[in-house]
Amino acid sequence: MRIRRALTGLAVLGLVAGCAPAQSGPAGAGGDDQTGTLRVWLFDEASRAPKEATVKEAIAEFKAAHSGVDVDVQWIPVEGRADKFSGAFNDPASAPDIAEFGNTDVAAYVAAGAFADLTTDVKNWKEGADLLPTVLDTAKVSDKVYGLPWYTGIRALYYRTDVFAELNLTPPKSLAELTEDARKIRAAKPDLYGISTGGKYTYAMLPFLWASGGELATKNGDRWTATVTSAQAKAGVQAYADLIKPDICPPEQCANLTGTQSVQAFSGGKAAMTIGGDFNRKAIEGGSIKGKYAVVPLPGTTPGSIAPAFAGGNLLGTFAASKMHGLSVEFMELLDGAKYQAKMYTAMGNLPTLGSVQQQIASNDPFLKPFVDTLKSGTKFVPSSASWSKIDAQGVLPTAVQQIATGGKTADAALSDASAQMNKAFG
Amino acid sequence: MATQQLPLPAVAVPLKPVRRRRRDGRAAALYLAPALILLAALLAYPIYQLVLISFYDYGQPQAAGTAPLTFLGFANYTDLLGDITFWTVLAKTVGFAGVCVLGGLVVGTALAILATRVRSLPRMLLFLAALGAWATPAIAGSYVWLFLFDTDFGLVNEILVKIGFDGMAHHSWTYGTYSTFGLVAAEVIWCSFPFVMVTMYAGIQAIPGEVLEAASLDGASWFRISKSVILPMLRPLLMIATIQSIIWDFKVFTQIYVMTNGGGVAGRNLVLNVYAYQQAFAGSEYGRGAAIGVVMTLLLLSITGLYVRSQRRSDAWL
Repeated sequence: MRIRRALTGLAVLGLVAGCAPAQSGPAGAGGDDQTGTLRVWLFDEASRAPKEATVKEAIAEFKAAHSGVDVDVQWIPVEGRADKFSGAFNDPASAPDIAEFGNTDVAAYVAAGAFADLTTDVKNWKEGADLLPTVLDTAKVSDKVYGLPWYTGIRALYYRTDVFAELNLTPPKSLAELTEDARKIRAAKPDLYGISTGGKYTYAMLPFLWASGGELATKNGDRWTATVTSAQAKAGVQAYADLIKPDICPPEQCANLTGTQSVQAFSGGKAAMTIGGDFNRKAIEGGSIKGKYAVVPLPGTTPGSIAPAFAGGNLLGTFAASKMHGLSVEFMELLDGAKYQAKMYTAMGNLPTLGSVQQQIASNDPFLKPFVDTLKSGTKFVPSSASWSKIDAQGVLPTAVQQIATGGKTADAALSDASAQMNKAFG
Repeated sequence: MATQQLPLPAVAVPLKPVRRRRRDGRAAALYLAPALILLAALLAYPIYQLVLISFYDYGQPQAAGTAPLTFLGFANYTDLLGDITFWTVLAKTVGFAGVCVLGGLVVGTALAILATRVRSLPRMLLFLAALGAWATPAIAGSYVWLFLFDTDFGLVNEILVKIGFDGMAHHSWTYGTYSTFGLVAAEVIWCSFPFVMVTMYAGIQAIPGEVLEAASLDGASWFRISKSVILPMLRPLLMIATIQSIIWDFKVFTQIYVMTNGGGVAGRNLVLNVYAYQQAFAGSEYGRGAAIGVVMTLLLLSITGLYVRSQRRSDAWL
């Protein structure tokens, strides 16, 4: 009996030590077929119809130029993207040829080895030189380009003109003034949040951190180190968390708000201000406050300055295993070219990434001025490390903001926890 | 229901009992084979892979086959067990599951006793309501409860204000740690008590009337009958219901994930399953996730082990 048990134990040990967990084989080398079906993944949006119509137009044009080629578009929900992309990485056979993806995910996707290097393709593209350099930087991992920037997302301060006029307020010139105004508004109108912004809205928090002179992390050689415990970063996060207080945006309602929910509260008439993107315009126009709002750049700490915004945006990339590399690049260049960037702007309000198109549109549409001003005054980006997706997915910074806002922890304690978690993820 | 007496099968009298036993063994193996194959494919192999992955640094690049595998030994486990958050979440999970199990058992048993005491129409209505709750998918149930307890538009707050609790206007049920856990626990109990109720009802109905009659003829009080006759006879069933509830409630995911928006404000309403998902799967750290999975499996297996042992002992006693 004892011998048998020992043998079983040995066998189990052998199995554990001798075998490695299952891995899918490395992606194939890809090819350059000239006919077939091009499979494309694009993000589904709250109001997809205009985006879909524009893309359909581009497909028709592309098919007219290439006989024997079909384009099949699948719409991917933004929230479920992690599962979808993991699936595509693990099973290259089910991966598309082209995908739209957020620029914060670039580093992680490249680490998974899924996307093709587009550096030479961008160099050879006649419109490639027109891509704004700061925007193209967000598509790079160690100096190689892995995506064509499709549009830029910049956030600024939306405010209610009617409320501000009634209370004799002017748009805030500094972050301190913003906090003060928000407090005044809620005191005068207890039904409104002074500003709707939430614990899970990281891209609204980052400008506060950057405006105070803080940084998320610094890079020494190949290693990133979290710097959220610096005095400047602490001051910035604290200033943001102070907005999620009963006298501005009560934590009971606001501590768990995401970006979309914050903007929804504003467009539903429940808030006097919010931090929203150029891409949120359609959603806000569809709300009850149409015509009663205006936008200014989010101010910085000193009066008259602009807080550095997060340089968000989406890219188009092609999978390394794609059997139709040449056609994929051609189709992406069509979608990303001046003609369709302008059309996408009309359809969705997306800010173009080509310098000439952006300039032309901004001069025609006063709505875009605050966003372009913000862009021009300098934007910042999250650490371009594969670990950032992990830090983002684990909700490290939202947890810290929520802990500070709800009084669960001091800024010191919450941010040193966050810093430890970030450093662990950076490895 | 028309019941029909089945014709008795003709029993062949075996001539050589030894040969029959061997043939029986083969037949039994054949009958068991499909279940064994299914178990091996759907349970043993995944658990084997889970244990294996938990010993490696296994992230998205490793799964996609673009990065080499590194054997870590027990590093994922020591990491996990050295993490204070893990212990906090584990303690909260145990507390939360405990409340859910206890609540489900008390509500289920009480309603089962009620069902044995009322006439058939109310009993049928009771069973219909319970089965309705049981049949509701966890996601749908969670959302319905969220709507009922909504801060601004919820029926519960509206009624509370109408009957005079003005302080409950715009009260947020999903903000405070205990209030949130309480609300989710109530939802979990709501959808898990029917199992206990049906089981206990069947158990109570199965107690022969003669036994109870004999006890009362011997002069036992109602309390004495419950304690010394009914409860011992229900013990095996109660045990099954308890163990099942522990396993289910320890593994709650949907309700916490949906109702607390992924773990509550600052993650203070996390339970083990949601924590594993957030730490490991959302962040593509499958190795660490596998380690959490193995720890959970071991915890639940040990509870089941205790149960099997106690079953054996009670069988011997019977």
